[in-house]
Amino acid sequence: MPSDRRLEREAAKRRRHRRGQAIAAVSSVVVLGGLATLILTSPGWPEVRETFFNWEVFKESFPDVLRAFWLDVKIFLVAEVAILVVGLFVAMLRIARSPAMFPVRLLSVVFVDLFRGIPTILLVFLIGFGVPALRLDGVPTDPVILGAIALVLSYSAYVAEVYRAGINSVHRGQRDAALAVGLTERQAMRHVILPQAVRRVAPPLLNDFVALQKDVALISILGPLEAFREAQIIESLTFNFTPLVAAALLYLAVTVPTARIVDRLGGTEGAVR
Amino acid sequence: MSASADGIVLDIRGVTKSFGEREVLRGIDLGVREHEAVALIGASGSGKSTLLRCIDLLEEIDDGDVFLDGEVITDPAVDPVAVRRRLGLVFQAYNLFPHLSALENVVLGEMRAHGVDRAEAEERGRALLARFGLAGREDDRPDNLSGGQQQRVAIARAFAARPRALLLDEVTSALDPELVGEVLEAVRDLKGEGMTMLIATHEMSFAREVADRVAFLHEGRILELGTPEQVLSSPKADETRRFLRRIQAN
Repeated sequence: MPSDRRLEREAAKRRRHRRGQAIAAVSSVVVLGGLATLILTSPGWPEVRETFFNWEVFKESFPDVLRAFWLDVKIFLVAEVAILVVGLFVAMLRIARSPAMFPVRLLSVVFVDLFRGIPTILLVFLIGFGVPALRLDGVPTDPVILGAIALVLSYSAYVAEVYRAGINSVHRGQRDAALAVGLTERQAMRHVILPQAVRRVAPPLLNDFVALQKDVALISILGPLEAFREAQIIESLTFNFTPLVAAALLYLAVTVPTARIVDRLGGTEGAVR
Repeated sequence: MSASADGIVLDIRGVTKSFGEREVLRGIDLGVREHEAVALIGASGSGKSTLLRCIDLLEEIDDGDVFLDGEVITDPAVDPVAVRRRLGLVFQAYNLFPHLSALENVVLGEMRAHGVDRAEAEERGRALLARFGLAGREDDRPDNLSGGQQQRVAIARAFAARPRALLLDEVTSALDPELVGEVLEAVRDLKGEGMTMLIATHEMSFAREVADRVAFLHEGRILELGTPEQVLSSPKADETRRFLRRIQAN
């Protein structure tokens, strides 16, 4: 039998909880309702609804945009794997200590500075049009492949820095302990430091993955028929922007779930509760 | 492998070490004989940890040399990995690998550094954990273990490959008082087996009980070296007396 004092506390706690829920509900209605009213009553809304949210056009164009979107999915899946590998490789080169590795270390610094410093869209443009112009044998000329390479270079530079931060965040005592049990520097990295570092940087790595999923659309400037490009083509034929909204929804369909995974990995901070 | 002709496993001769301007070791001479346990006592900052780290080649010494079984190990030409494989070091803060289970912590070195196959390493690792009272905890991550349990896993890890000498760096300093006993019990157990040990410690009663000799370190030098009786009960140097008084006051 709980004491009166305890019942009183529990009742107060319930009241506080109910009041909190009521406030959240009211403020949501006010803010979201206000926003909706603002948009729906704006003078241009009828035209916007017609050109951006046209159900007929949506139904008509969605299958084509979806088909084109598979190309995006394929590109970012392949690019992501390549980025994780290249990024790790660049990070490893950068932290290599031996004097013989000096030039390699320098190259990895240049790699990161260069590819992180150039806007991704410019990189896609330069590689997509520049590399075929060299007319070298055996070098790919397919714009999909060249675009993917540009994305891999750009994102690997970021990811290399994420890995490096993770490696540096593992306490020095871990390396000491690994060496003390007789491991070589390389084994200590492989079996002790990297596993801990990768676990720690999984959320920022996934975060970059979300960014990559959207940036695949940049390849469209080279011509491949991916979702954004396909939607643009339909738009230019119908003078209706709804296909672009359809494409936007498809990008959201992959980025939002990934973002929720990031939230889960990084604890619950930032997640909507 | 065996001790040098005079029975000395670890021979430290004239070792000095500075960090920048700060001289931490100012000429250490100490020989640890086979099956002997030598306790290193002294205030924080007297150089105990640094000496142990230098012997395990985690720090490079400035002058002097250290010999293991009569062979110099502090020569720049010597492969530090091979030397570390013949020594065991237990850290004050345990430094267990947090991503590995207790058993994986114990067998990692055996498997990767000594080429023992997994089945054999795990069998020995289980037996070792059981010996230190950790039967049933093999699959626990360090996070799920108490400080005393973690330090016993760390001792098992350092001992797993049967090192020629075990270096213990204040293995009870990070522990809650009620957990000190179980860790000291593990060290006592190894001493009973005849393990050669160099033990940096703040536990004077333990040093008296387990150590064959006690070395008092003061400002990077060994000021006094002798049996526990000599050093702890009738110290000659003023500094030793002062240090022991301070320790007892706590």
